[in-house]
Amino acid sequence: MRHLLSAADLSADQAIAILDLAEEMAQIQSRPVKKLPALRGRTIVNLFFEDSTRTRSSFELAGKWLSADVINVSAKGSSVSKGESLRDTVQTIDAMGVDALVIRHQASGAPLQTTQWVDAHVVNAGDGTHEHPTQALLDAFTMRRHFRTLGDESFAGRKVAIVGDITHSRVARSNVALLTTLGAEVTLVAPATLQPSGVTSWPVRISHELDAVLTDTDVVMMLRVQKERMAGGYFPTPREYTVGYGLTRDRLARLGDHVVICHPGPMNRGLEISADAADSAASRVLEQVSAGVAVRMSVLYQLLGGDAGTTTGAA
Amino acid sequence: MSNQTPTSPAVLILGVQLADGTRTDLLIDGPTLADPAGAGPDVVRIDGAELIALPGLVDLHTHLREPGREDAETIATGTRAAAAGGYTAVFAMANTSPVTDTAEAAEHIATVAGREAVSQVVPIGAVSKGLDGIELAELGLMARSAAGVRVFSDDGKCVADARLMRRALEYVRGFDGVIAQHAQDPRLAGQDACCHEGPVSGSLGLPGWPGVAESSIVARDVQLAQHTGSRLHVCHVSTAETVEVLRWAKARGVDVTAEVTPHHLLLTVDELLGYDPTYKVNPPLRPAEDVAAVRDGLADGTIDIVATDHAPHARHDKEHAFADAAFGMLGLETALGVVIETMVTPGRIGWERVAEAMSVRPAQIGQLSNQGQPLTVGSPANLVLLDPSRRRTVDRDASASLSRNNPYHGRDLPDPVVGTWWQGRRTHG
Repeated sequence: MRHLLSAADLSADQAIAILDLAEEMAQIQSRPVKKLPALRGRTIVNLFFEDSTRTRSSFELAGKWLSADVINVSAKGSSVSKGESLRDTVQTIDAMGVDALVIRHQASGAPLQTTQWVDAHVVNAGDGTHEHPTQALLDAFTMRRHFRTLGDESFAGRKVAIVGDITHSRVARSNVALLTTLGAEVTLVAPATLQPSGVTSWPVRISHELDAVLTDTDVVMMLRVQKERMAGGYFPTPREYTVGYGLTRDRLARLGDHVVICHPGPMNRGLEISADAADSAASRVLEQVSAGVAVRMSVLYQLLGGDAGTTTGAA
Repeated sequence: MSNQTPTSPAVLILGVQLADGTRTDLLIDGPTLADPAGAGPDVVRIDGAELIALPGLVDLHTHLREPGREDAETIATGTRAAAAGGYTAVFAMANTSPVTDTAEAAEHIATVAGREAVSQVVPIGAVSKGLDGIELAELGLMARSAAGVRVFSDDGKCVADARLMRRALEYVRGFDGVIAQHAQDPRLAGQDACCHEGPVSGSLGLPGWPGVAESSIVARDVQLAQHTGSRLHVCHVSTAETVEVLRWAKARGVDVTAEVTPHHLLLTVDELLGYDPTYKVNPPLRPAEDVAAVRDGLADGTIDIVATDHAPHARHDKEHAFADAAFGMLGLETALGVVIETMVTPGRIGWERVAEAMSVRPAQIGQLSNQGQPLTVGSPANLVLLDPSRRRTVDRDASASLSRNNPYHGRDLPDPVVGTWWQGRRTHG
């Protein structure tokens, strides 16, 4: 594996290898001294064109616990408005002798485009409304732990409902790709205005009826509703959205005992998820955050851990 | 506009095929075609047995970027690219900096062209001041100016306001002008829209540009054209629905013409899968069904002409993330090759239709009496000589344009242009 750009690029074996290694990394997290020498001398730059405290911190910790040198570069405010091209920005960083570029960009495809201009390994830390592969991996890690408590860690035949703004969600795209690769059955629940073009050709089920879907699922993943979507006329009011697509207290009460709740954060409590649901025993929100560091340690190790960055075909 | 005197040597082309399939000798010796019987002994002779001569091509939709972005293209380099593609006239779109929205701006372009161009350059005037879509630009003054503007367009932007469009259509009727509309409802396809709305946009996570944003404006505009009795031209038709609307309007006798670009005849939205901004263009590349529909439209005349929408951009303006990169691609040098590949070779149209769609009709729409004329003795010596069997692998660096945003780079395409003559002067080959 030279880069991690899309969850769709991962085979089931590659994904499972990342998740298995992440389990080992998670052990480190529980130690008092959280440091492995694995990436000593390697340099990782978190190049963030868009703010994201949680994803940036997670990558930063992951790199540091593997003993890499990690620096954060904020390129916020589009390079376009500063008159610098994406190519110039990434080549400037790359020329400093960087081993890996972790890129967050508000435009879809920017990490993929970057690979043609740099020598460094590139990790997609979220690009526009396209993909967020490490989020999907940490979600899968969290789900897999849950499935294990149910007696079988396999994804085969497991049911996952993803609820909310699918159109603008890079989390949803990466989860659909990864979960279906791993054998899970994914159902997307959203009003028609928030279903992406061509979604009927995706390997998923589509529903407008959250209540019906909740009676037959193992995981329910609630997506954040962005403020600008509320103003964009995608649905009439927040109230109507919550009635149709929110994980309300009533819906929480009707969830089966084996069902867990995921949310990529940050949550709009009271909109897509009620406080009761967010704080319930079924909620895995904080476990997801914790899994994020372990999964990113695993990914960085897979990319950089071999000798001098020549790692190929992870696992 | 130009006062260049032809300095090229006299050329006698022997037995060359014309658009209608007949064969003739052509003597190019001065600004009009001369009688071959009068060819002198020193004339350069070209065996035309394997060649075809068409009236010089006329592009109704070119972005020359001068004034304002001379790093991307100039009137000199853009017309050299035009000549390399077989063109003897180009209409220069108004979205320069400053915008061509006054008589003075139009005359400036004509003046520079007279000095530096190697083809006729006709300025297109903006419909609205500053392309803002709010108030009419000085259409009449541009028409009366030395530049003689007859085609008006806010291209790059749609004249979205129905009332402004209506007034523009009515107003230009007085001097037989035409409004060339960039059909894009900004409420359905905003400025960020950059990928045909469909499975590809959904999967890539790119803002969608639905076909209905084009066809709904065209449906409105053909009715406005009918209501006002004015002439409407539809730029860069890209969808099957727009072709249907045009077919309906023409059947009703609406005075509407339409163009298709070479790239919408050949390329599909699947080119976007690698997020290469070279393929970012407005309107966007569409699915194969739309490509088939615009080919049908060009073959049956629903779409009247081919126009390039040649849109040069500096390299750094294309080296942004896809959503941030500039819209547009080059087209002048490859247009005829693409038309041969997509329409002539498959037997969809013959040479007569090629001449009509790329020279005769665009000259008529733009009211150029000295272009698009049959190649007979006494006609303007504007012609392109082509070898339809010649091919090449397109190399973006082998270009007369200053820019390199060539979507056909690396593709094997016909490379037909053997020579171009404008006013008797050899401008290419």
